[in-house]
Amino acid sequence: MAHVALPEGLPGISGGFAFRPETAKPMRELAHILLHEPGSLTPGERELIATYVSSQNDCYFCQTSHGAAAAAHLGGDESVKQVKTDFQTAPVTPKLKALLAIAGKVQRGGKNVTAEDVAHARSLGATDLEIHDTVLIAAAFSMYNRYVDGLGTWQPEDQTMYATMGKHLAEHGYLKPSH
Amino acid sequence: MTHIMPHIALPDGMPGIRGAMAFRPETAKPLNELVEVLLCGPHSLTPGERELIATYVSSLNDCHYCRSIHGAIAAAHLNGDEDLVKRVKADFQHAAISDKLKALLIVAAKVQKGGKNVTAEDIAHARGKGATDLEIHDTVLIAAAFCMYNRYVDGLGTTQPHDEALYRERGKKVAREGYISVSKTYLPAEAAAH
Repeated sequence: MAHVALPEGLPGISGGFAFRPETAKPMRELAHILLHEPGSLTPGERELIATYVSSQNDCYFCQTSHGAAAAAHLGGDESVKQVKTDFQTAPVTPKLKALLAIAGKVQRGGKNVTAEDVAHARSLGATDLEIHDTVLIAAAFSMYNRYVDGLGTWQPEDQTMYATMGKHLAEHGYLKPSH
Repeated sequence: MTHIMPHIALPDGMPGIRGAMAFRPETAKPLNELVEVLLCGPHSLTPGERELIATYVSSLNDCHYCRSIHGAIAAAHLNGDEDLVKRVKADFQHAAISDKLKALLIVAAKVQKGGKNVTAEDIAHARGKGATDLEIHDTVLIAAAFCMYNRYVDGLGTTQPHDEALYRERGKKVAREGYISVSKTYLPAEAAAH
């Protein structure tokens, strides 16, 4: 049972979004810009950051749905699994590893990010915009994850549903419901 | 206070989240729209009550800029009662606020630590004090959203002045005009939303 009367049959954040369309609109738009619109980090890389932060926050719905979106972008879920368990050994670029280290710091609290973390990311080619967006993706998923778990939303464990959702998100983004 | 350089090249002279928003107007637009709906939109909780929730969560996250500016906006909504804002930050159970708001602040504090901490008992308690589903929903989302705004402001190493008068004046302006309206002074027109 969710903590408030969310519409039935909508998993995870979709229930919160349907309950309160006024807040859903900017929340959808923010995710769409950060994860889906063209950028120097690929959508797959940005979904990996979102998945990693959601995994650190132990949010089942978010880590599974964004993991599925990342897998759809990347053509497989090998790097998704490894990013969640130990990103240093995952088949991703050194730049993305440095950005994941920053994202992990932000997840625990913004003050944890050091000048050294940022200098390291920059030395591996990260731009100011990529660093900015990494910080904001990690911060935003510290919101989405708390929203999804804090409302006690329904989070099914049907992997087929997440795979379908991930493909839809990878293709269409976040502006409209995927159901 | 030691001046600490932001982690990336943010525009000069804009403290806290404003520098970050001016750096990336595309994301500033939904960030401003979300806070406008949550804290300024028509609601059964007053703007002052909702700003107190935002201030309390920002205080738990130890974000100096956010707790100072939202504390100042709260005070501006609450007839300038800065003592009440301080009391909510220090010990809300003994502050002169409604029992319903105290129950919602308990929910907000649980969300700040992590969404799974919210229990059916916390919700039943808030409901017992008259909280509606929409008020509970918005409390959860205000707390979650400030876990984002606070991390954004601190994670970029933004400049955060320690001048109370500056926050007090800005707080009055935001309380009077709202977030989207004041964002027009530092964002390009197309990003300052509708």
